[in-house]
Amino acid sequence: MNNRLSTVGIIICLLIALYIASLTELKIYLPNFIEGAIVTVKVAVLSLILFFIMSFVAGIARGHFNGIIKWIATFYIEIFRGTSVLVILFWFFFVLPEFGILLSPLTAGVLGIGLNFGAYGAEIVRGAIASVAKGQSEASIALNISPYKHLTRIVVPQVFVITIPGLTNTAMELIKATSLVAGITIGELTFHAMKLNGIFFKPLEIFAIALFFYYFFAQFIRLISSYLEEHFSKHMNKEA
Amino acid sequence: MDWDWELTLEVVIPRLLEATWVTVYVTVISFLLSLVGGLIFMILKTSKNRLISIIATEFIEIIRSTPLLIQIFFIFFGLPRFGITLPPVTSGIIAFSLYNSTLCAEVYRAGLLAIPKGQWEACTALNLSFVRSFFRIIFPQSLVPIVPALGNFLVGIFKETPILSFVAVAEIMHVAKLIGYEYYEFTEAITTVGIFFIILSLISAKLINVIENYVRRTVIHE
Repeated sequence: MNNRLSTVGIIICLLIALYIASLTELKIYLPNFIEGAIVTVKVAVLSLILFFIMSFVAGIARGHFNGIIKWIATFYIEIFRGTSVLVILFWFFFVLPEFGILLSPLTAGVLGIGLNFGAYGAEIVRGAIASVAKGQSEASIALNISPYKHLTRIVVPQVFVITIPGLTNTAMELIKATSLVAGITIGELTFHAMKLNGIFFKPLEIFAIALFFYYFFAQFIRLISSYLEEHFSKHMNKEA
Repeated sequence: MDWDWELTLEVVIPRLLEATWVTVYVTVISFLLSLVGGLIFMILKTSKNRLISIIATEFIEIIRSTPLLIQIFFIFFGLPRFGITLPPVTSGIIAFSLYNSTLCAEVYRAGLLAIPKGQWEACTALNLSFVRSFFRIIFPQSLVPIVPALGNFLVGIFKETPILSFVAVAEIMHVAKLIGYEYYEFTEAITTVGIFFIILSLISAKLINVIENYVRRTVIHE
């Protein structure tokens, strides 16, 4: 709780600092930065959605199932964890058109980041599934609960709570990785910072403002994370 | 789609192999620097002086919650204002080491906290000096949890190196892009880079596994 208050404090301080900056000569940069920040938020939100879906789908496929489904999930996870985000982004942007799949920069960016971090998230989900006691699946069999119901009503709710810290950490990494989509011509924060630096050549101020925006996003994610953690762990304790 | 084997074998692979050395060089140097930096950050963070520990904690927080790319830009474009002009590779290495030191500090701290307090007390009871009890008793035991985590950092830094292509360091991603622009064939170059990365990460993962087992055997005598 104390931690959350300090996070709110930091966010408010950042907003005040932004307001003060808008009164000084830095204000000529701000419209560009706000435009970039909106695109960053768009990329981040879309790839976060894909990231959560992929983590749970691939994680459950690898941790809960056997045979071909597990094999496909393992293949996906190993490929995307073995390469780098930037390589994946460039591959989606430059190579997929060769196969006749022409993606817009935004789609390529969201797919690249979402799928890449989804593979990391899947490993977290798999770990959480492994930590759910084996006796529970035996109990489900004894109580004649169908495998589908066992997965959706018994395994997933527990996994969801266990994975909150891990997944929100990875989500923070994801927010930072959105800076890389500047490389595939998406006009987000970093792209605008690079452009402004090219025009005004004031690197210290410009990149400091950019850092500041990302710090703000990270604090925001931290706030959500601490809220989720507190909310769901309270819920879990009540059940226990 | 047609894959140009001639281009792949005669241009892409030789040039990428050459550029791999830059990648490996940056990775190894940054890793070694962040091992040392992590120790410094850990000492500052766990300092008894409240002020130092708060400043260190906040600094770590800022480094960890901002993107590496902007940090590299900050160092590469921003420091010349203070009269420090660094080549792109050096600014990349500084940014990587700074970023990974903050992560290493956490790992070291967790590794040392995992050692039961009784061990320190036993050392005092046996009248061992601080240096001796730390280096001969505490440190070897904390290696067991620390080594696998550090191995992950090594692979992590390796996967971060393509970011350096933004400041025109001739590492493999940059060279692949150059090949793409020269021959207008992105497919071969970028796909080969992806395969390079998968192979190198698998090799390093295997290597880390071997080292981990070695440490486990020599320290705990399993």
